[in-house]
Amino acid sequence: MNRLAYLTRGLLRNNPVFVLLLGMCPTLGVTTSAINGLGMGLATTFVLVTSNVAISLVKNVIPDKVRIPAFIVIIASFVTVVDLVMAGYAPALHEQLGIFIPLIVVNCIVLGRAEAFASKNRVFNSLLDGLGMGLGFAFALTLLGSIREVLGSGAFFGMKFIQGDAILLFVLAPGAFIALGYLIALINKLRKV
Amino acid sequence: MAKLESSFRNMVVVLLVITLVASLSLAAVYNVTKQPIEAARQAKKEKAIKLVLPPFEHLVEEEMQPPTGKDPVVVYTALLADTLVGYAVETYSDNGFGGRIQLMIGFLPDLSIYNTAVLKHAETPGLGDKMDSLKSNFPLQFKKMEAESFPLAVKKDGGGVDAITAATISSRAFLDGVNRAYETLKVKGDKQ
Amino acid sequence: MEYIIIIISAIFVNNIIFAQFLGICPFLGVSGKLSTSVGMGGAVIFVMTLATIVTYLIYQFILMPFGLGFLQTISYILVIAALVQMVEIILKKVSPALYQALGIFLPLITTNCAVLGVAILVIQKDFNLMQSVVYAVATSIGFTLALAIFAGIREHLELMGVPKGMRGVPIALVVAGLLSLAFMGFAGLV
Repeated sequence: MNRLAYLTRGLLRNNPVFVLLLGMCPTLGVTTSAINGLGMGLATTFVLVTSNVAISLVKNVIPDKVRIPAFIVIIASFVTVVDLVMAGYAPALHEQLGIFIPLIVVNCIVLGRAEAFASKNRVFNSLLDGLGMGLGFAFALTLLGSIREVLGSGAFFGMKFIQGDAILLFVLAPGAFIALGYLIALINKLRKV
Repeated sequence: MAKLESSFRNMVVVLLVITLVASLSLAAVYNVTKQPIEAARQAKKEKAIKLVLPPFEHLVEEEMQPPTGKDPVVVYTALLADTLVGYAVETYSDNGFGGRIQLMIGFLPDLSIYNTAVLKHAETPGLGDKMDSLKSNFPLQFKKMEAESFPLAVKKDGGGVDAITAATISSRAFLDGVNRAYETLKVKGDKQ
Repeated sequence: MEYIIIIISAIFVNNIIFAQFLGICPFLGVSGKLSTSVGMGGAVIFVMTLATIVTYLIYQFILMPFGLGFLQTISYILVIAALVQMVEIILKKVSPALYQALGIFLPLITTNCAVLGVAILVIQKDFNLMQSVVYAVATSIGFTLALAIFAGIREHLELMGVPKGMRGVPIALVVAGLLSLAFMGFAGLV
């Protein structure tokens, strides 16, 4: 497969959220605004890229039977790094994303790519794969976050364009489910075209 | 690709090494970020205090047990040069519709309110969240509220405060927090 | 009395799935049939409660006293992974039928955001050990309840004329949204 494909695969054709239906918890939990979705997406991309690279580097030294615990420790370390760095340098975003930052470690996408790709491929390809999947994830979250923010708060990336409240349902729990449901249906339709 | 075989010794050694390397690296990152994290926490507190008090130079922090409520509140005495600017009280109420709300209330030396700020809440968007000054004018009525008006109550309960429409519980919780702050300051004043 | 508040809050008011968005993957994946859902729920109750106890003790007696708070994520997830392994081994011996029925979803409890989420939440909420246990049990009951309700609805959905584009996950999400809306009605309870 040519190198570029590793990157673009995760963006559209194999988008982790819309196609593979992975990583639902943060997708629903933090997308109350576009910036939150983007922040979470980028944090997850960081973890994806770093853990993919790290695992690809040591894949030959890890006995097969302990590979899952080993991957988990590696992934959890990078998640903790992201957690600490965000707490120190982006405290407002850190507070908004809350518990979902440490939960990146159980994001099925991360462990999934480690197991399915990084443990079997070369370092640079693993980097591209992590980057592609991560950016696809970020794209999905930012898209859902934008929709929910526009419909629910009448704002986009924090800039309000209407007075007062909009359709509040969309920034609440039910709205997350419903918005994502229709979005996936729409994307399914587009993919068939 | 040739992998290390899954002998018991190999498994244990590899896992131990990985965990050790991970823990040490994290300890290093933690040491680097400890300072910025603490600085961010302080900055957030000071930002809230700046919102509710006139300009000041430095703060004296004191944790105090309020007359009612199970958790302590924090009283910040604000000074400019040597003059008392006022007190900012980090208070709370567990009577919020969605649980605990945390407030920062700024009092002038005569115990009238200078301004209020909401630090944290879990109230319903569109209803209780109007206690935030960004969302409605509810908090404006507290500016310059005299000490004599305490304890505060909503009009429905015989007091002089206009509650948020359709959000009486949130309004009452807000007042519970403000009253708690006032009571604590009175205790502090009596002690001195 | 406060335990009752914790229980009602965890099961209804702040249901782990409908209000907190934790545990969605198994929620969407397993709840095709009522029996599997209840079996999954039972496994989660067991793992979540045990995990909460063990991680709580580790936090209070090892991490905090030695200033190792930053190792919370790593230690917690390792404990959870180990516990799930144990449950798998036990279940294989005790109830092979259930083991087969759960299939891939059993090891996936490790990546269930709800388990790790609850372990972290009890520390954030400053619960003591007893409160944490009550919270964990109640939350996992809420999880099972959500799964059971959803499975029942899904069994019906199979028989209905859902538009082609909405079949599968999209309609499931919309149903979940309506359930979430319904559960919001519990908000004034506590």
